[in-house]
Amino acid sequence: MQKNNYIIEVNNVSKQFEDGKFALDNVSLSVEKGEFVTILGPSGCGKTTLLRCIAGFQVATSGDILLKGEDITQTPPHKRPVNTVFQKYALFPHLNVFDNVAFGLKLKKIDKDTIVKRVKQALKTVGMTDYEYRDVDSLSGGQQQRVAIARAIVNQPEVLLLDEPLAALDLKMRKDMQLELKEMHKKLGITFIYVTHDQEEALTLSDRVVVMNEGKIQQIGTPTDIYNEPVNCFVADFIGESNILSGTMIRDRRVAFCDKEFDCIDEGFGENTPVDVVIRPEDIYIWESKSKRDSQASIEAQQEDYDPDDRIPKGKFTKWYGTVQSSIFKGVHYEMTILTDNGYEFMVQDYHEFTPGTTVGMLVKPEDIQVMHKEHHIYNLFEGEVLKNGKVRFLDAEWEVKEEQLAPFAAGDRVEVQVPFHEVDLQDHEEEGAISGEVHFILYKGNHYHLTIRTDEGHDLYVYTEDVWDKGDRVGIQIAPESIRLVKGE
Amino acid sequence: MNKLTAIIGSRRTWAWPYVLFLVLFVVLPLLLIVIYAFTDPQGHFTLKNFLQFFQTSEAVNTFIYSLAIALLTTIICLLLGYPAAYIMATAELKTPAVMAMLFILPMWINFLLRTIATVELFNMFSIPLGEGALLYGMCYDFLPFMIYPVYNTLQKMDRSLIEAAHDLGANGREVFQKVILPLSMPGIYSGIIMVFMPTVSTFAIAELLTRNKITLFGSLIQRAFGEGGLQMWNYGAALSLIMLVIIGLTSFFGNNDEAADQKGGLL
Repeated sequence: MQKNNYIIEVNNVSKQFEDGKFALDNVSLSVEKGEFVTILGPSGCGKTTLLRCIAGFQVATSGDILLKGEDITQTPPHKRPVNTVFQKYALFPHLNVFDNVAFGLKLKKIDKDTIVKRVKQALKTVGMTDYEYRDVDSLSGGQQQRVAIARAIVNQPEVLLLDEPLAALDLKMRKDMQLELKEMHKKLGITFIYVTHDQEEALTLSDRVVVMNEGKIQQIGTPTDIYNEPVNCFVADFIGESNILSGTMIRDRRVAFCDKEFDCIDEGFGENTPVDVVIRPEDIYIWESKSKRDSQASIEAQQEDYDPDDRIPKGKFTKWYGTVQSSIFKGVHYEMTILTDNGYEFMVQDYHEFTPGTTVGMLVKPEDIQVMHKEHHIYNLFEGEVLKNGKVRFLDAEWEVKEEQLAPFAAGDRVEVQVPFHEVDLQDHEEEGAISGEVHFILYKGNHYHLTIRTDEGHDLYVYTEDVWDKGDRVGIQIAPESIRLVKGE
Repeated sequence: MNKLTAIIGSRRTWAWPYVLFLVLFVVLPLLLIVIYAFTDPQGHFTLKNFLQFFQTSEAVNTFIYSLAIALLTTIICLLLGYPAAYIMATAELKTPAVMAMLFILPMWINFLLRTIATVELFNMFSIPLGEGALLYGMCYDFLPFMIYPVYNTLQKMDRSLIEAAHDLGANGREVFQKVILPLSMPGIYSGIIMVFMPTVSTFAIAELLTRNKITLFGSLIQRAFGEGGLQMWNYGAALSLIMLVIIGLTSFFGNNDEAADQKGGLL
């Protein structure tokens, strides 16, 4: 009957809570048998909701979930052949280790000898032999976690769901458990679906990573794909450290950013298309530069730059220059901030330290430049309505607009309102703005910040600014009449 | 001077008034009860008081009847109170705190006043007073003492335990049997003790709600001290001692359970 090898298929699942908020927004995901899939995202991104929908603790508002091709969307959790390892273990405090692990088997009315055998086997798998008759409260966090895993795998589920199982453990313990989990997965051959907010954990453990944000899947791919070829700014920013810059794709294999042109390996973006460029801090080569200024004339001179270890790739790479602002020792490497003469900031990681104040040259290989489509235009788009009083209503407020913008429209007309990202004015005091909101997401683009502001009415507004804001800051939003353009709406 | 501040500052010093209070109002009276119970009015040692109790069938019957009434009250309170507490703790009520408050609210009024009001209520609807009225009154008075500790334990219970049980294949009934009920035992024990202890020794409720037709053990003790005159004090003390032992046994049965110290109810 089964047409594919998928053990779990999530098809267009949405979950809307009573307050109208979508925790999952049209999510689709297929998991192959025996795979280790990690759902990764910041808190509140819907990853736990997705897991709970698969476990059956929550029912999807729309869409369906298939297990081995069979619809289980409405099946109650106790009838699903999946088991969960809970974040806070959820061991039964009134039962000892043995009875906790045997809980599921006893419900299935399996004979005593088999139960004993299987419980012992499960405890052995998680390295908890000889703990059978211990009180669960007397175990350490790591031991409780092991028992929780044993309690789930003893039922030989088709799929094991793990909800941030290592979040409560300390760093050292977490690293050890990660390796053990990976071993267990290999040995048991059970499909693992693992939820975490820890990107390193996701990259270490998984065959495939599902990156989620705001209820939507951003990218699905192998850890290397996700890291090296993030599809958008969110993924690039969330997975590892990155330099994200606004740039222009000049033509295939040629991109401009930081006021320079670079060779790259990306194609198919069209000509002169605005794009986002991601460069990982460890992919930037850095050396001390003798030429003080970054001029085209000194390109030849750059060849003579200081490079005692011969570690800078030779060739026709575009180079750019800057001054080291700060340098922090991170154990293995130094993490340095470098400011270019034209005002862009780069984060660079290198085994060599370059002290603040040093003029340095930088280059990046074409294959290390990741080009992404811009998610948004360069202006905000809102639906609006022309009012009788000569104002325009959008974002649940009334705004003054220039005469010439208003001229083609009559009162009551639906219009499309365009506001450029860099012309939205943010005020420290929320009452100084026409409307107020909260800084929801921040992305540093080398020389400016790209903010997402969520208004109190729930609209999103994108803002380019050079001012520093923190996530969660309350702001007043002001838009000058000359910054508002009106286009005929539908 | 330093010595004085040391004495005042010491926690031990501040404990003295309480020790004195406990000695005067708890230990001494208890000792007096024991002494009175084992002596005759002349102050000689005797077991006559206990013999008198066990030989008077009326007294023994009253004793057993009181235990039965107290037990019945406790069972009814448990049967009524547990579901109430369960609903309050688990159902997604918008105002569980208000619900809990409403159950506790009657306790703001003195129970004698409430009992008198109950009598009037029965009279108003011409329902005869008697055993039924007595049970009704006792349950009405002591139900909150059952609901509150059970509600407390149920509310503190980790929701994910229920989900874990479902996840492992338990249906609704099995989840209740194997997880919720065992985990709410501490609350149930507290509730049982808090209902059983006062009901076994009550007398005012019985006198009011049965118009003195039914005598409970508490009433016997009260009569021995109140109406019997000085020579009956020794008998009264013996009866009190018997009741103390019974109550002591119940609380022992509660505290002895391992579960009680795991996730404690109200006691």
